[in-house]
Amino acid sequence: MEAAMGLMRRIPPKHTETALSALLSLMPNHSSDLLSQVDQPLQVLCDVDCGKEFILCEYNRDADSYRSPWSNKYHPSLEDGSLPSLELRKLEIEANDIFAIYRDQYYEGGISSVYMWEDENEGFVACFLIKKDGSKTGQGRRGYLEEGAWDAIHVIEVGPEEEENTNYRLTSTVMLTLTTNNESSGIFSLSGSIRRQMSMKLSVADGHLCNMGKMIEEMESKLRNSLDQVYFGKTREMVCTLRPPSEVVQLRIPES
Amino acid sequence: MAEEEEESELSEKQKVEIAKWFLLNSPPGEIQYVAKDVKSILNDDGVFNEAASEAFPLYNKSHFIVLPMPDRSGDVLVTSFGELEDNAFLDPRTAQVAIVDHVKQVCEVVRPALDEELASAYIEEFRFSLDAEILKYVEEVYPKGVCSVYCVNGKDAEGPGFDFELAVVISASRHSPQNFCNGSWCSVWNIDFKDEQQTVEVKGKLQVGAHYFEEGNVQLDTKHECKDATLFQAPEDCALAISSIIRHHETEYLASLEASYLNLPDSTFKDLRRKLPVTRTLFPWHNTLQFSLTRDISKELGIGK
Repeated sequence: MEAAMGLMRRIPPKHTETALSALLSLMPNHSSDLLSQVDQPLQVLCDVDCGKEFILCEYNRDADSYRSPWSNKYHPSLEDGSLPSLELRKLEIEANDIFAIYRDQYYEGGISSVYMWEDENEGFVACFLIKKDGSKTGQGRRGYLEEGAWDAIHVIEVGPEEEENTNYRLTSTVMLTLTTNNESSGIFSLSGSIRRQMSMKLSVADGHLCNMGKMIEEMESKLRNSLDQVYFGKTREMVCTLRPPSEVVQLRIPES
Repeated sequence: MAEEEEESELSEKQKVEIAKWFLLNSPPGEIQYVAKDVKSILNDDGVFNEAASEAFPLYNKSHFIVLPMPDRSGDVLVTSFGELEDNAFLDPRTAQVAIVDHVKQVCEVVRPALDEELASAYIEEFRFSLDAEILKYVEEVYPKGVCSVYCVNGKDAEGPGFDFELAVVISASRHSPQNFCNGSWCSVWNIDFKDEQQTVEVKGKLQVGAHYFEEGNVQLDTKHECKDATLFQAPEDCALAISSIIRHHETEYLASLEASYLNLPDSTFKDLRRKLPVTRTLFPWHNTLQFSLTRDISKELGIGK
């Protein structure tokens, strides 16, 4: 398993799916570990009842079917697929509605889905998913990107209520690729994936949705920022180490 | 193909193919680390060795890896342009042939090149002059650059009247696994000397890769091609003209890479996710009721989505 995770850290993120299926076939005994530890780009299905798309993940899967957050029905249909309790389903519906607005304000498009289910210790788990195709043939409003994909997975474990407070543990992953291609600079492609965790104890007075939403918003901004500043910045630094910009070279010559 | 009884099991051949895929997709400078992990996952030295023996030579040649020659006569570039046999690579500058071990990525033996492996005196004059100019350029511009100039076509021409082709390869890489960062810059310039037209056509392919993997995995991958031309002149004059063409295009390309990076935060990245919502204020989680109200109203008015 350690070696497998080592490989996933090195293989170009745009090849994650191929790499994962290769590992699954080499290590069939570790398939559940692999599926839970390796995040892969999100897939989408259309809810036949309402014509809206929803996102697939391990958390809305039962057997080979996936539950839509819109109609609460499994696709392909499943007789006895597990469903959240009525109360939790109510929160799930609300979360989907609000999160769709949040998504629209930050992403100007894209698809989102929220799934919730009870866990063993009186709390529940919520999974917030966003998928955005930012390419110029997709929903890139500015049309800069030949290829552009953003997949965000946020899983929040919500603990039981303790004296009006609740523990929230958020694990977030963002996977992205962005490629530009133009005459003067050729193909320029950045791809990456990062995962972070964050825990908070918050008052339930504000409501679960408000608490979870704020955490996700903060986390997404952090992730976007560190991809932009730190991760992309490091690759840029590397380019400048390989071939320093000319001003640097000119400064250096008189010294030698 | 797998036997019927072991349907779910992969055949050895499939395992070799998968192992090769991982090896060939290693980021610059990381194939040895990938090899270690692949070997431990396979847990089958036979399969691993077969995959390694096929994948390493391809990886080494496509990444233009640089190996020091044992007699301290410099570095040899592993490229298809200098490939004489599977593990023998010509170093035109020292007129030596380096025998390399692809999997270990070392050069243990060198031998003097045979006459028939080298270019004719006429071609060598062009190659040698260009090599000298490119060497100057690379030393000035790439802190860790290695370059080589090969004759890839028409090396036996004894004098004017024939077309021939040189290839300039520049490879610069930096590996700092302790800083979770690796990268490489490779350029190949094909230079076509057209005797009849008295022109020299220059075609460049540049490729830059970088990998940063501290608590994440982010990779840069770029490719660019360009073209230029100059007049067929005396060897020294050709060398000067060609190296200034190469310098010009590579400097421009670096500037365009910088520009791509500068465009990221405010334009390119914005098409994926904005820094702030369209409203330019944080999302009003405290007051989401307003959305349900507006939604109800729009539903009533029939303007909902």
